[in-house]
Amino acid sequence: MYVLIVFLPLLAALLAGLGQKQLKDRGSQIVTSGAVSISAILSWVAFFQVTFGGQTQTVELLTWISSGSFEVSWSLRIDSLTAVMLVVVNTVSALVHIYSIGYMSHDPHKPRFMAYLSLFTFAMLMLVTSDNFLQMYFGWEGVGLASYLLIGFWFKKPSANAASIKAFVVNRVGDFGFALGIMAIYLVFDSISFDTVFAAAGDQVGQTFEFLGYEFDILTTICLLLFLGAMGKSAQLGLHTWLPDAMEGPTPVSALIHAATMVTAGVFMVARCSPIFEFSPTALAFVTVIGASTALFAATVGLVQNDIKRVIAYSTCSQLGYMFFAIGVGAYPIAIFHLFTHAFFKALLFLGSGSVIHAVSDEQDMRKMGGLWKHIKITYVMMGIGTLALIGFPGLSGFFSKDAIIEAAYAFGPGVGEYAFWCGVGAAVLTSFYSWRLVFMTFHGEPRADEEVMSHVHESPFVMLFPLYVLAIGALLAGAVFAPYFIGENHQEFWNGAIFFREGNTIMQDFKNYPAWVFWMPMGAMFIGFVVAWKMYIRRPDIPVQLAKTHSALYQFLLNKWYFDEIYDFFFVRPSKWIGSKLWTIGDGKIIDGLGPNGIAARVVDIAKRASLLQSGYVYHYAFVMLIGVAIFVSFFFLTGGGH
Amino acid sequence: MLDWNILSYVTFLPLVGALLILVTGGKEEVAARNAKHVALWTTLATFAFSLLIWIGFDNSQAGFQFVEKTEWLGGGINYHMGVDGISMLFIILTTFLMPLCILASWNAITTRVREYMIAFLFMETLMIGVFCALDMVLFYLFFEAGLIPMFLIIGIWGGANRVYASFKFFLYTLIGSVLMLVAMITMYNIAGTTDIPTLMQTEFDSNLQLWLWLAFFASFAVKVPMWPVHTWLPDAHVQAPTAGSVILAGVLLKMGGYGLLRFSLPMFPEASEYFTPLVFALSVIAIIYTSLVALVQKDMKKLIAYSSVAHMGFITIGIFTFSQQGLEGSILQMISHGIVSGALFLCVGVVYDRLHTREISRYGGLVHNMPKYAVIFMFFTMATIGLPGTSGFVGEFLILVGAYQVSTWTAALATTGVILGAATVFGYTGVWFSVSSRRKTSKRCSMSIKEKSRFSCLSFSLPSG
Repeated sequence: MYVLIVFLPLLAALLAGLGQKQLKDRGSQIVTSGAVSISAILSWVAFFQVTFGGQTQTVELLTWISSGSFEVSWSLRIDSLTAVMLVVVNTVSALVHIYSIGYMSHDPHKPRFMAYLSLFTFAMLMLVTSDNFLQMYFGWEGVGLASYLLIGFWFKKPSANAASIKAFVVNRVGDFGFALGIMAIYLVFDSISFDTVFAAAGDQVGQTFEFLGYEFDILTTICLLLFLGAMGKSAQLGLHTWLPDAMEGPTPVSALIHAATMVTAGVFMVARCSPIFEFSPTALAFVTVIGASTALFAATVGLVQNDIKRVIAYSTCSQLGYMFFAIGVGAYPIAIFHLFTHAFFKALLFLGSGSVIHAVSDEQDMRKMGGLWKHIKITYVMMGIGTLALIGFPGLSGFFSKDAIIEAAYAFGPGVGEYAFWCGVGAAVLTSFYSWRLVFMTFHGEPRADEEVMSHVHESPFVMLFPLYVLAIGALLAGAVFAPYFIGENHQEFWNGAIFFREGNTIMQDFKNYPAWVFWMPMGAMFIGFVVAWKMYIRRPDIPVQLAKTHSALYQFLLNKWYFDEIYDFFFVRPSKWIGSKLWTIGDGKIIDGLGPNGIAARVVDIAKRASLLQSGYVYHYAFVMLIGVAIFVSFFFLTGGGH
Repeated sequence: MLDWNILSYVTFLPLVGALLILVTGGKEEVAARNAKHVALWTTLATFAFSLLIWIGFDNSQAGFQFVEKTEWLGGGINYHMGVDGISMLFIILTTFLMPLCILASWNAITTRVREYMIAFLFMETLMIGVFCALDMVLFYLFFEAGLIPMFLIIGIWGGANRVYASFKFFLYTLIGSVLMLVAMITMYNIAGTTDIPTLMQTEFDSNLQLWLWLAFFASFAVKVPMWPVHTWLPDAHVQAPTAGSVILAGVLLKMGGYGLLRFSLPMFPEASEYFTPLVFALSVIAIIYTSLVALVQKDMKKLIAYSSVAHMGFITIGIFTFSQQGLEGSILQMISHGIVSGALFLCVGVVYDRLHTREISRYGGLVHNMPKYAVIFMFFTMATIGLPGTSGFVGEFLILVGAYQVSTWTAALATTGVILGAATVFGYTGVWFSVSSRRKTSKRCSMSIKEKSRFSCLSFSLPSG
């Protein structure tokens, strides 16, 4: 069954990709959606078997590399953590496949799109089921490739091309760390299989090794290298720049890759490596600070974006920050729980915004929307549910996971915990604000689209609405239903050893003991955000314009995303190209060639031109030289060795 | 074990084909067609024979197999052939790529077809000879003579600037091999034999080792090519016809790595260890430098050529780690690079035949005209940047693991190649996805059967490891 779950999407991708002509549009849609849906159903079965039945197992497939003590095989590791990820990945993927049938109905290249989606799903499944670091790296790069293909799917837009390359290259920066981390692990543990490494991690506490000429703490170094990989994939501060640009891809892609699955790979990886991270408080503190900073940073940028998808993208970035600081304070189950609930409501928001975009003739700028709620009521309700879940409205899924994260940060205590707590609360205010801003700008107020567009506004077909219904159910209930298992009293039983806690890590008990004001902080944050957004975008729509004028420096700073892109462009992109072209023209051209062969070759070519009638005659020069060589050798042999 | 002289048969069979083409005459077109067929069947037969070596090869046995040894020049210089696990792989790589090259030239070459085919067959003999030779004189003969047909192929059937490119190629390799010749003479003077297995046992004086090592290194470094003697490669690639590029990247470059493995390491172990930092430094520079240069290339073939130099940098690092992972990784990387870069040049050849330009910006949106071909091209592009699951990854990763054990700096700097290697993706996007500056895309873009069969062979051999 596990083999089926993982390989059905691959099979579907191959069929749809290579059999484009035979299957036609409809066939490829049926094959891919069908296969992934079956995988999704089986995943739920596996989920209950593994988490409640306690059936952890490893399925061996093939040997991959074997060189000395370096042995790697392909195998599937199925434990609670994997089971949760299987459910998230396959469920969202199946819904996105179905949604795409409607969303891409006007696109001429449906089979290619469906094949890419399934290929992505396969790579993601390989990532979450891996039982060693190298197989995880395979999935890691595989999702990167599929994401590159999907972001650049509409390659007629130059911006989509640029975005796809950017995503690939920025992710490679993270991969650089990940690869070095894997090598360090092999060097230290002489193995890269999870079982061996995790079992031995405890022995390495306090040990140091030499890295780049300096002595470093082994576990901290490894953790930081691995985390660099996670930062790339999960778009954390510094390596986040690709995610907003990735919105150039079709909306179903954003929902699948940039909300629910690929971007959470980093969170998954760090949780998977909890047996290593637990022994390195330094690395965990770093994770906390980066996560908390990202949560706040991305939320501030989200405040002023005008592209509906970019707002949600920054929101994703911010929520991933929450997950990371939850991990940083040692509350892995809460982080994974937030990953789980977030997948539902964020996919819902993305697909909902896709439905909006579909309705207003592919317009993504919220300044050209407004007043849509009367025309697309179902989408409006769905977006509302998603928003409420995101801001943590009591009873909805975000309430259970996000508030738990903030409480865990508080319980962690002074220092980084406190920092994370305040960042988390601050980000919660901003989250509420930008979420409501999105809703108000899109659905309320006066219509700002032109008449032509407004007359075409229509509700999406059932095939697009159905996934929204399912996700809405998840957004409404996932928190309440699963919270007792994921993060409740008996979470140890649920996780069944998939997540490791070092001695003395009692955060999972502590986070429930908080003073009342801590409970009310996120509530208050949510309320303040709502009120301000309502005031600014419903009551007095002139305030935002005024503010942008009076604080134009701040506004521009946020609108330009803290100028990260410009800084990177200035410090990395342009110098690389500049150095590259200088090395080429001056290094290769003037210095190496100029001093070496060109000087000589120029003379030879002169002569050669005169002798151009004997074109094939050049060979004699060479043969001549070689013969001289042999002659020298042979005569030398006769002079010296011949005497034997 | 087969007791007939299979190595000689495999080595000289292509030469027989070449002679056959030479003696057949007739009208221009008939002769050309005949030559193509003879060449194709000869190379296929050679490939089949070489597979016999593989089948007959006894893995459990160390040392050389299928050994042939007869008196040749006397005085310790013999006709001595034999293969071990390393050289066998290279022989099969050579015989495998050859029929594909003939097919790639089928319609692309229109002038002097007979001579072209003769040159290719002659070159095959010499290349196989290099990997079989167990005598230094024999090795030197094959090694040097192999450049003649390549020189001709670039110089006669190459692009507009072929004369310059072929002379650059010629000058570099000449300087390197003269030094190697001197070293060989010295070694003969000391050991009294040119027999390679015997020389491997001979212990040379430490100081002398250094000089000998440098002399051999000069020749192999040009071949590999290592920075800063790499500049002949981009020019040679750009000017060579497609099949020439395939052989150049696929086999000729591997002779450098093979030479290091066959001569430098076993014969001069102390010197090799002494010079390891030098090799690492040059390789790391090569990786970073050429990757940066590749980033700004506008010509597809130059892009692949520069990224080849970077890949060869990985290989030399792997060889000099002296660890099992490093060595196995670099052998695997050499084979994989032989197939992958060969395939990429074939890919470029296919689009070049249709649009007659190699400038990336002139392409674009081809994915609609040639969807299957796009998948293949992508596959090899991903293999060349070492995506896990392809052979490129396994080799590269093993090398890095090996390097990591020796020097973390080297490994860390080389790993930056992982980021920069993504530069190739720019080329890919340019060809397939972005909108072209060229308005009309010709309709006859779908692949011919011949092209299809060519790639299906190659793809098949990829996910190895």
